[in-house]
Amino acid sequence: MMKNQKKTKQPLTIDQKIKRRNFLSLGVFALGSAAAYKGWRWLSTSAEELTGVTGGAQVPLRRALNKTELFFRNFFSRNHLVKTYPKAMAAKNVRQNSDIGLESDIVLADWKMEVKRANGELMYITMDQIKTLPKTEIVYDFKCVEGWDQIQYWGGLKMLDFIEHFGLAEETKTQYMGLMTPDKEYQVGLDMDSAIHPQTILAYEMNGQPIPLNHGAPLRLIIPVKYGIKNLKRIGYMTFSNTRPPDYWAREGYDYYSGL
Amino acid sequence: MKQIKEKHSVLMRWTHWVNFPLLTIMIWSGLLIYWANDVYSITLFGHTYVKFFPRWFYKALDIPAHLAKGMAYHFLFMWFFALNGLIYVIYTVVSGSWRELLPQRKSFIEAWQVLLYDLHIRKMQPPQNKYNAAQRIAYTAIIVMGFGSVLTGLAIYKPVQFATLTWLCGGYHLARIIHFILTIGYVFFFLIHITQVILAGWKNFWSVISGFEVIRSNKPMKIVPTASPENDEKPKED
Repeated sequence: MMKNQKKTKQPLTIDQKIKRRNFLSLGVFALGSAAAYKGWRWLSTSAEELTGVTGGAQVPLRRALNKTELFFRNFFSRNHLVKTYPKAMAAKNVRQNSDIGLESDIVLADWKMEVKRANGELMYITMDQIKTLPKTEIVYDFKCVEGWDQIQYWGGLKMLDFIEHFGLAEETKTQYMGLMTPDKEYQVGLDMDSAIHPQTILAYEMNGQPIPLNHGAPLRLIIPVKYGIKNLKRIGYMTFSNTRPPDYWAREGYDYYSGL
Repeated sequence: MKQIKEKHSVLMRWTHWVNFPLLTIMIWSGLLIYWANDVYSITLFGHTYVKFFPRWFYKALDIPAHLAKGMAYHFLFMWFFALNGLIYVIYTVVSGSWRELLPQRKSFIEAWQVLLYDLHIRKMQPPQNKYNAAQRIAYTAIIVMGFGSVLTGLAIYKPVQFATLTWLCGGYHLARIIHFILTIGYVFFFLIHITQVILAGWKNFWSVISGFEVIRSNKPMKIVPTASPENDEKPKED
């Protein structure tokens, strides 16, 4: 009995201590490495999300994008204005990245934008109606999700003025605005705060001239608080909803929010 | 006689080893993003010396056409990278181990001596405490770089909501350039770090996993009897 007690209380020799600590360290390090490897395997081979409003991203990564959006939306304010520049700094050759949604024929004179009101009633708005309202111009740094940017000069009807004139205040109480090209090939969904940011414009002029077809004639969206992918060309439809409207690039694996 | 010399705290070891895969993932996903607008090069008087990056480089690492994937990974792991760094910095401040890490006034001269010694130009070894002067500078610089990456990253990520930060970084373009240069900096740091670790030997490397080093002193073992009754009885047992 005495002997036993002594044995358990025997302090470890220095060699035993070294051995024990090395063994523990190696064990923890090996376990940690294995866990990290397993975790990486799990994440990098995780299944792609089912294509709905969003698509093309792996499930955990899409969840992370959405959570990160919620965090950064806390910092969004409609009072945070995009920096503007003198007209002389605007690019003469305005960069154009894609034709999606512009490939069908269009008769500019017949163009109308269909707006679906909250009560389901459809409104059709012509260019004449839009052009009679005060014009707003902006020269700002257009930013592409690819990493390039360009100072561009756009003119048109401020979204806030559009909302006010056409009595859509009630509609802006919903969470999202959806826009689509007339052929419905390209769509964007915008959180309402960004859509009615004071610098968001329904543009019909570029560099003081009517917008050319490849840049979205007759009317396109210019939304400086978003990456270029949200700046839909050739608007055909406008909708309001409390759920996310379809969005072309969000279905291709990009962040739905894509806010700057 | 062997002796255990405590060297690296548990927290320092964890954050160090956690940072390694995190930074690797950040650099890889950063490359996937950078590829979409790979405009940087080192060009002097119209001659391009280095292009970031040549096609063989992209091909070897399977970089092209994964922008969306790159962004998704980058914006997930940025949280862990920043958090891990923050934990390390808070620990370093609170524990007082910053005293062994921050460069001192003499460090800058000593670091030069360390360099000469390492290059076998100078014979006498400069003072090596836990960290020598060059290590103090390097391990502080890498933390400053980490902060730089997080801040310039935020400046590019939300240039409208964090416009002041973007302005402080010298604007959108400069912020992206700094973000890129810092990344190149990590790669250089890694190469030098690995070389130094190999030169310093296994014991030094292992201490960053185990936390301690074994010191062998030539002095004969001094037996210090303790007052506890168990130890008092020990000789009888043997």
